[in-house]
Amino acid sequence: MSHRIVSKKQLSENVFTIEVEAPLVAQARRPGQFVIVGVNDDYGERIPLTIAGADVEKGTIRLIWQRVGKSTSEMADLKEGQSLGYVAGPLGKHTHIEKFGTVVCVGGGIGNAPLLPIARGMKEAGNSLISILGARTKELLILEDEFAALSDELIVVTDDGSYGRKALVTEPLAEICGRNRKPDLAVAIGPAIMMKFCCETTRKFNVPTQVSLNAIMVDGTGMCGGCRVEVGGQTKFVCVDGPEFDGHQVNFDMLMKRLNAYRTLEQKAHEAYKQHRCRIGLGK
Amino acid sequence: MTDDRKLLDELLNKQKAGTIKPSDRYAIPPQQMPAQDPGQRCGNVSEVALGYTEIQARLEAMRCLQCKTAPCVEGCPVRIRIRDFIAAIAEGHYDEALAIIKENSLLPAVCGRVCPQEVQCQEKCTVGKKFKDVDKAVAIGRLERFVADRAGSVPSVPKVASPTGKKVAIIGSGPGGIVAAADTRRAGHDVTIFEAFHKPGGVMVYGIPEFRLPKAIVQQEIDVLTQMGVKIVCNFVVGRTRTIEQLMKDDGFDAVYIGVGAGLPAFMKIPGEHLVGVYSANEYLTRANLMKAYDFGKGADTPIAVSKRVAVLGGGNVAMDAARTAVRLGAEKVYLVYRRSEKEMPARVEEVHHAKEEGVDFRLLQSPKQILGNSDGHVIGIECLKYELGEPDASGRRRPVPIEGSEFTLDVDTVIVAIGNGANPLIGQTTPGLELNKWGNIVVDEKCRTSLEGVYAGGDIVLGAATVILAMGQGRIAAAAINEYLANKK
Repeated sequence: MSHRIVSKKQLSENVFTIEVEAPLVAQARRPGQFVIVGVNDDYGERIPLTIAGADVEKGTIRLIWQRVGKSTSEMADLKEGQSLGYVAGPLGKHTHIEKFGTVVCVGGGIGNAPLLPIARGMKEAGNSLISILGARTKELLILEDEFAALSDELIVVTDDGSYGRKALVTEPLAEICGRNRKPDLAVAIGPAIMMKFCCETTRKFNVPTQVSLNAIMVDGTGMCGGCRVEVGGQTKFVCVDGPEFDGHQVNFDMLMKRLNAYRTLEQKAHEAYKQHRCRIGLGK
Repeated sequence: MTDDRKLLDELLNKQKAGTIKPSDRYAIPPQQMPAQDPGQRCGNVSEVALGYTEIQARLEAMRCLQCKTAPCVEGCPVRIRIRDFIAAIAEGHYDEALAIIKENSLLPAVCGRVCPQEVQCQEKCTVGKKFKDVDKAVAIGRLERFVADRAGSVPSVPKVASPTGKKVAIIGSGPGGIVAAADTRRAGHDVTIFEAFHKPGGVMVYGIPEFRLPKAIVQQEIDVLTQMGVKIVCNFVVGRTRTIEQLMKDDGFDAVYIGVGAGLPAFMKIPGEHLVGVYSANEYLTRANLMKAYDFGKGADTPIAVSKRVAVLGGGNVAMDAARTAVRLGAEKVYLVYRRSEKEMPARVEEVHHAKEEGVDFRLLQSPKQILGNSDGHVIGIECLKYELGEPDASGRRRPVPIEGSEFTLDVDTVIVAIGNGANPLIGQTTPGLELNKWGNIVVDEKCRTSLEGVYAGGDIVLGAATVILAMGQGRIAAAAINEYLANKK
C-alpha cells in the first residue's frame, strides 16, 4: 500500500503538516488515536504521531510533527508526491466524547495538533468549547484559525508576549476554573511539563482533566512495554491503555525522565544527519 | 582420507552387509556442533552454531539405533518421522530426508535451530537413555538443520489446489501464522496474512536474535508463502485498522486464524522498574533485532541503551537471548539473575552453555528486591536477595526461599526484565463474543476453535508463553480445522 504525501506545509520553523494517503486509517480513526509511521522499512525508526484529522473521501490523514531529531527531519525532507514507508494504525483508545457541558481544551506547542480533532468532537457533541492555545513565541503558534472557527471562546498566550497574552497556559486556565460556572472537563495536550502544571491547576478546582501522553514506544500494539507510565500508582501502557489518561493520576515526573532516555544518542544522530544534508545539498 | 571418513565408510559397509550392531553405533562419538569462537562472536551478530559437515551429519545419523518403536516421534509436537529422515541422512539421501520432514514441519531450518529438542524428541531417544545423558542422545535438531540448510536457498514451493473461492485471514505472521497460511493455501483458499509490524516473521524477526536464527532463513520461508500466492499485508493492526467482525462481515473472509503472539511484558512489581535503563526483554530484543539498533549511528535510526553493566532478570531462553545480545552490544559485564538454581532454569542447555562461554555471569538463587536510580532517573544498581531451595511448589520445582538479611547490590546501568508476557489485549478488547480465560488468553478447543464460528486461534495468545514448534503445531491443527470447516460451508 502506498502512502503518498498529497500535500505538505511548513507551519513554523520546525513544525510541518502533511496529508498522506492511508485510506483504512482515515476510515477507522477516531479523535485521540495515533499512528506509527516509518520513513523506510529497513533501518528507519517507528515514529508515533497523533492523527490531527482525516478525510475519508480522499482517503488521507493529516499529521503534524515537530522536527526534533533525525527521523522527524527525514520526514520533513520528504516532498509532496513522495511517500512514507509505512503508516500503521489507528492505534490507542479513542477519546471518550459526550456532552459534558463546558469543556476547556488546552494546547501547548505541537500539542495543538492532537487536540484539534478532540476539540472538534467535543464541539460536535454539543459542548460549549473554550480553547486555550499556548506557544513559546508567535512563530510557533499553530492551528489558531482552526480553533477560532470551533471555539466559543479562544484565548491565545505566548511565553514572551510576542502574540496574544503574555502568560503560560495555566494562568487563563486557573481563571476559567475559578469562574462561577466552572468547566465540566479539561483536556490538556502538550509538553509533559505543561500537562503536569495544567493538572496541578485543575486539581485545585476539582475539574476532571484528560491528558494525552507521548511516551517512547516501539511497536505501539501492546508488545514491547516501553511506553509504560505510572497512573494512580499502577503500571499502564500508553499504546493500549491510553494514550489518554486521567491527568490527576499520572506520574509526570517519571514520564519526563523516561522521555529523556535517548536524548544524547538522538542528538548525535541528528547532528550527523544535519551534516549529511549539508553535504548532499538538501535544505538550507 | 580423514579418520571420520574412514569410520563412516566402515560403518556403512557393515550396515550394507547387515552386520552392524548397536555397540558399533554406541561407539560413534557424539558429533560436536562447530561454533564460532566465543571471543570472536561476542563482537558480531552472525550465527553462533555453524552447522554439521556432511561427514559429521552422516556419522551422527549412524548413531541412531532405528528403534522399531521410534520413541523420538512421540516427543515431537508435530510428529515428524524422525527415524526415517535420519536413516535417509545416513544413506546420503538428503532430499528424501527433507521431504520426510516437510510432510509434518514447514520450517525445518527454523525448528532445527530453535526447537528445545532436549525436552522433546531427544529426551525420548534410546541412545541418550543408554548413556543416561540427554546430551548424548542423537542430535536430531542438528540433523534437521543440516538437511534444511543443505537444500540451499531455494526451498521447494508446495503445490496449491485449485481455487475454492473461500477467503482466509491469518492474523500475525509468526511461526503459527506461517504454517496456518501455508496449509490453508495448499487447500486452494485465498489467504491473506495481516501483520502489525512493518516486516513479516513475528517473533522470529523481532525476538529471536540473528546470532541464533538468521533473518535470511525466515525471509526464505516468507518468500515461499508469497510464491504460493499468499498475500501478506504489513502495518495492518487487526482490532484497530479493521476488526475481526469487519474482516468477516464486510471484507468477505470466511475464516480467521488468530496468531498474534506474545502480549504485554510482565514486570516484577518491585520499586524502580520505571527508571531509565529498565527494559522488558521484548523491547530490548525488538530494538536490537527488528530495528537493528546494533547499527545505530551506522544507518539504523532506533537507539538502544549504551550499556556497560547489565543485569538480566529471568532464566528462560528469552533471558539468554537478551544477555547475549547485551554482550554483543558492547556491555563489559552482563549478569543473569535467577532466583532458582540452574537445574530449574527453563532455558535450553545449549543457550545456557553459549551464554556462559560468552562471559555472562550467572547469579543463581538470587533475586532483585529493588532497582536503584540516581536523581536523573537512571539505573545505577540493583539490590538483590539471596535464596535457598525449599520444598517443591505447584510446578514441581523446589520453591526458592529468600534468606533474610542477605541483601547485596550489583552495580549496573541497565536492567532487562525477562520473566514472561501477558496476553495481548487488542483482539480481546475489540472482538465481542470471543471467550478469554482469566489471564486474557483466548479459549480454544482441541481443534483450535474459539467461541466464535469460523474463528480459530493458536500459539502464545492461547498457550501463554510457548515455543516456535508449539505455535506451528497449533497453526497446523487450526488450518486442518479451517479446511474442514470451509469444505462444509456453503
